[in-house]
Order: sequence, then C-alpha cells, then structure tokens
Amino acid sequence: MSSDIVTPILKRESFSDIISLTVSKKTDRQMIKGHIYDPGYGLESDDWKRDTAMKVVLDHLTKRFPSRSKKGEDVIAVNDFTFEIPDGQLIGLLGPSGCGKSTTLNLISGLETPTEGRIYFGEDDVTHLPPENRGVGLVFQNYALYPHMTVLQNILFPLQNLKGEARPSKEDMRRRAEEAARLVQIDMLLDRRPSELSGGQQQRVAIARALVKTPRVLLLDEPLSNLDARLRLQTREEIRRIQRETGVTTIFVTHDQEEAMSISDLIIVMKDGFVHQIGKPQTVYDEPCNLFVATFLGTPQINLFEGRVENGRLYIGQDAVLKVDCADREKLTVGIRPEGFVLQENGPLCCALQAVEVMGRDHSVVSTHPAAISKTIRSIIPSEESPHVKSGSVRFRLKPFKTYLFDAGTGERIPFSAL
Amino acid sequence: MQKKNWKAWLYLLPAIAFLSVFMVYPLIDVFVYSFEEGYNSASQTFWGTGLYNYSYVLHDPYFLQAVKNTFILVIITVPVSTGLALLISLGLNSIRRLRDFFQTVFFLPYVTNTLAVGMVFMILFKKTPYSDGLINLLIRFFGGQSVDFIDGPYWAKILVMCIYTVWVVMPFKILILTSALASVPQDYYNAARIDGTPPFRIFTRITLPMIAPMVFYLVITGFIGAFKAYSDEVAIFGTNLNAAGMNTIVGYVYDMLYGDSGGYPSYASAAALILFAIVLTITVINLMISRKSTQF
Repeated sequence: MSSDIVTPILKRESFSDIISLTVSKKTDRQMIKGHIYDPGYGLESDDWKRDTAMKVVLDHLTKRFPSRSKKGEDVIAVNDFTFEIPDGQLIGLLGPSGCGKSTTLNLISGLETPTEGRIYFGEDDVTHLPPENRGVGLVFQNYALYPHMTVLQNILFPLQNLKGEARPSKEDMRRRAEEAARLVQIDMLLDRRPSELSGGQQQRVAIARALVKTPRVLLLDEPLSNLDARLRLQTREEIRRIQRETGVTTIFVTHDQEEAMSISDLIIVMKDGFVHQIGKPQTVYDEPCNLFVATFLGTPQINLFEGRVENGRLYIGQDAVLKVDCADREKLTVGIRPEGFVLQENGPLCCALQAVEVMGRDHSVVSTHPAAISKTIRSIIPSEESPHVKSGSVRFRLKPFKTYLFDAGTGERIPFSAL
Repeated sequence: MQKKNWKAWLYLLPAIAFLSVFMVYPLIDVFVYSFEEGYNSASQTFWGTGLYNYSYVLHDPYFLQAVKNTFILVIITVPVSTGLALLISLGLNSIRRLRDFFQTVFFLPYVTNTLAVGMVFMILFKKTPYSDGLINLLIRFFGGQSVDFIDGPYWAKILVMCIYTVWVVMPFKILILTSALASVPQDYYNAARIDGTPPFRIFTRITLPMIAPMVFYLVITGFIGAFKAYSDEVAIFGTNLNAAGMNTIVGYVYDMLYGDSGGYPSYASAAALILFAIVLTITVINLMISRKSTQF
C-alpha cells in the first residue's frame, strides 16, 4: 500500500472521542465535545489537542552504565540532560551512533531508570513510574510486531492489557483499533500477519499500536532506518502528518541529519552523552554552536580550513578572505558551508579546480586548497555560473553568514561579524 | 543438467546403500514376516499367509498389558515432563546468578547411564531385607504405610516408572527450551512492558506462541520416545517384565524374538507394525495440530 492511494482523512470526531476517554477533566471535555461532533468542526482547529499533549521535562538526567571490567570507568550514556520539550511538537533526537540518544528515549519510556535526575510529563514526576503507567507509546526500530498475531490483534494488544475502569468494552476496543489503523492508513490490512506486510506497512502497524492507547508522548526509535530510500521519504512525511493530526508530543531518534531536519519542530544534537545544541532545524544549521554540530549537520558537509586572524583580516593560507571584527588569533578552524562560496573572477580564495559534478539544478565544484583540513573542498554553485574545468584554478568570494570560526582546540564557535 | 545427473546419484550412493541395507530391507522384511504364519527362522519355512499373527498378538493378554502400560506411560510422562521442563526453563531464564550451575545440574541426568540411574531408583524405592528404600522411610516418617514400589501394587510400579521416565527425559527438554526462550527477541518483552502486559499474559500471549514450534517438536519426539520405552523398565524391574506386569510394546517385541518364550519373529513383526501404526497416527495428529497453531 502506498499513501497516495488513500486520501489521508482522519475520522476526526471518533478519534477525538477516544481521546476524551482518557481525559480526567470531564466537564471541560463535554463542552468541547459538542464542538467536536459538529461535522463543521474545522480541521485546522486543534482544540482537543491541548488536553492530551504533554510537555516533557528532563531535569539533570544522567544515565551511567557500570563498566564490564571491575577496574574500568562507568560508561556515561546520558550526561546531565536538562531540557523542557514543549508539548505537541515533533522533536528529533540527533547524533552519531553511541551518542546516548536511544538511552535518552529509553529513559523517557521507562525501560531504563536514570542514575540521576528526574523526568516530568507535564507536572507529573514519572521518574520512578513503570513504563505502563507513563502513558507512552514506543515504536521500536525493528517494530517488534508480534509475528503470531494479525495486524488487528497487534493493535488490540495494548488495549486488552488495560484493567478495571480503563478497560474499554470489546466493541470499543475494536473501534479504537480501527480508528488507529485508519489514521496510519492500514485499515484494509487488519487480517494480515506482519510477515505478509512490507517494511513500510509494518512500520505503520507499529505506530498504530503505539497510538491506540492515546499516549501522552509518542517515542520512535530510528523509525526510518529499516526502510529503503524512497519509502523513507514517504514515511517521514507520514510521521509528520500523523503527529500533526494527533497533536501528540513526539520524540524520535535518528542518526540521519537530513531526516531530523526535514520533519522536526526542534532538533536536539547529542554526542558522547552530552547535548550539544537544541533548536529549530534551520537555526541549528545556520548557527551551530561548535565544530561538531557544524560538521554533523548539512550535506555535503561543511568545508574546514586552517586559518588565522591578523590585523582584522581572516586568512585561509595566504589568502585574506574576509575583514572581520574579532581579535587576532594565531590558529583557528574556519568552516564554510558548500553554499557559502560565490564564484568571482578575482575573488580572494584561490583553489585548484579538480572537477565539476553536475547535479541538475546546481553544480558541485570539487577543488583543493593547501590550507584545507579535508582532502577536497566541495562548493555548490548555480549551474549557469559553473567554471570550466580546463581553467585549472577557481576563485571564490565567501558569504560571511555561511562562514564560521571555531577555536582550533576546543571547537567552540568564535562569534564575529564581517566588516 | 540431465547429463550431470549420474554425479548426483553417485554422491547419494553411500547413504542410499546404507539406508537400503539397514533400514529399507529390514522394514520390508518385518512387513513380510508379519503376514507369514508359523514362520521358522531356522528352517526359513512357513505354512501359510494371512492375518493370524495380528489376531494372535491382539488377543495375547501380555500384549494388551504392554499396550496399556505404554499408553499410561505416554499419557502421563509427555505432558508432565514437558510442563516441568518449561517451568524449570522459565526459572533458569529469569535468574542470573548461578544460572550456569543450575543448567549443569539439570542436564546431568542426560549424560548419566540409564542403568546407573536405575540403581539410584532402586535405592530410593526397592524393599530389601535391610531397608525399605528411602521413599518408604519418608512415608513412614510422615505416618504413612510403607509401599512396595518394585514388587507391589500396579499403581505403585507405574508411579515409579513415570517418575523415572520424566526424570530421564527432562534434561534434553530443558536444554531445548532454555535456548528457545533465550532466542525470543528482547524487544517483544520491552513492547509488552510499555503496554503494561501482566506477566502471565506475557507468557501465554507472547512467550508461548514464540516458542511453540520447539514445544511441539519436544511433544512429538517425546511421544515417539515414550512409545519406544523399554530399557528404563528393564533398569528398574529386571528383564522379566511380563512377570512384573510392567512390559511395554517394545519389550513385548523383544520378548517374542529373544525372550524365554521367544523365537516367534512373526508375532514380533506384527506387534512392531501395530506399534508403528500407533506412533504414525499420533505423530500425524501432532503435526496437524502444530501446523495449525504455529502459522507465522
């Protein structure tokens, strides 16, 4: 099944009805309920979202794993993570493998307990609550669908575990499962078994299973890593749509920066257990706080040079590329985004031209420079301005706001403004 | 492809040769014997063909006793040993400390000689002029009447037989089940935890279906093994099983061939084919059930 066959229409009145079941403030709900059942209730309005979406507060969250050997030091998977994740947003937890992002997710879900620090959902301290009492939905990287159950049974499973008053009637369970299936557009596959589904469909079933209990927080662990490239694009838009329609606070883990940038409201960049930067994707891309964040975000990667500041001028090798307002420095790292290069006949930065790669809309100019830290420099140039390879060298002017200075030792960003 | 076919047959030749000499030929032979009336293995003669051998065997009280014993043994020991093995495996799977130690302990009976185990059971259950056996000591300690387990009432002998069989077959089942349990992906349990699944439901809805193929394998091989029981009986009750009333079908076949009343290969063949029919039927039923309940 592909998403373009079925128009994504959510039966809004019934899904919101589900949500109203889980809300404690009954009187408020009933007032709004009248609204919701009104067929003219606007799709743009998000009245009912506010009750269910939860901000997630991480307060000095730390997780240490004891070392395998007795003498070795503990492994700190998450180090002093403090942040308030606003409600109803899609958050991308981004970092290279082993950076502690999955551990953070497990801490929020309750599968792991933190060594230090606290976790709040809204005002509730959930630090020591078992996972089932937190109201989280978790989508596993390999989906963890029960192979011996049909799609419907898989989605029903969380509901059948509910006890006492929270347990809905049989018809209610079935209805809620069908709602969730419709939301992720797998309602025609309910009688299949997971092994009879494609990867993308399995993913949707996993999301439906996580959503059927109307969780306060939805967690996705590497949701796209098991899908092929085309499906990945499609599915990430699906996740965005599902998140918008349910309004549930969603946190997803990924090592793919493009994935995180494209659908997140906020991204959190982690490395070695530390949070390096939190912000809107564009802001983090435009204003990286250090060398790691700058290199981790963006394809092609940022180009790095060894440089220095002398008499208010920024030098890359022998080329004085920009006039800057910061103090003199012997050694620093200069980062220039690929789109920060502008071809100019007598531009200050002179590079040896190697190749021009045609990418359609743009050309990617590959060149070398003696002061470059990486082997080649890659710059993106509009196709109509492309240089001739035969000319041997190429000269660039730099866009100051695409040029970043970092401390050569610590990698911290050095603020400057071009004159 | 056709040209190379002879090569394939050449590679299969050793297996085919051995199987046909030691498996297929005897099977056919047994089938033929079972229809030859009054067959004499010394003179290789018989005086007629027909179903008389089957009729004789099916009317022989010793054979009927053997069938009864075998069925009781199968019906009691297969479920009990599989169930106990499952419980023990679940226990082993959920402890961390001393797991290897307990695994070894539970596996010991598997590598212990049947007859040695029989000796131990003698000490536990047999009445001698000097002692009544350990179990009887215990029964008397708690104020009961001592029972002669080896030469006493039928139920006592069957009880000893079942305990013995369960004890002998369990290690292998524990071995298979612990590895089956360990191979269930942890993610399923994590997913169940997130959904707040109660432990018993996790067991019935997730663990059991996931290890079902292995459980069925154990049940099927368990049935077959229990139907073929013989050496365990000899270990406890001695070679004259008919006298003890504890014979099994395989025991009956053996007695018909070589026992004190032996020398009747035709009766033995008929009994063996009856056993074969029983085992085949039960296995087919088992397979049908397991196909139905492990489809994924």
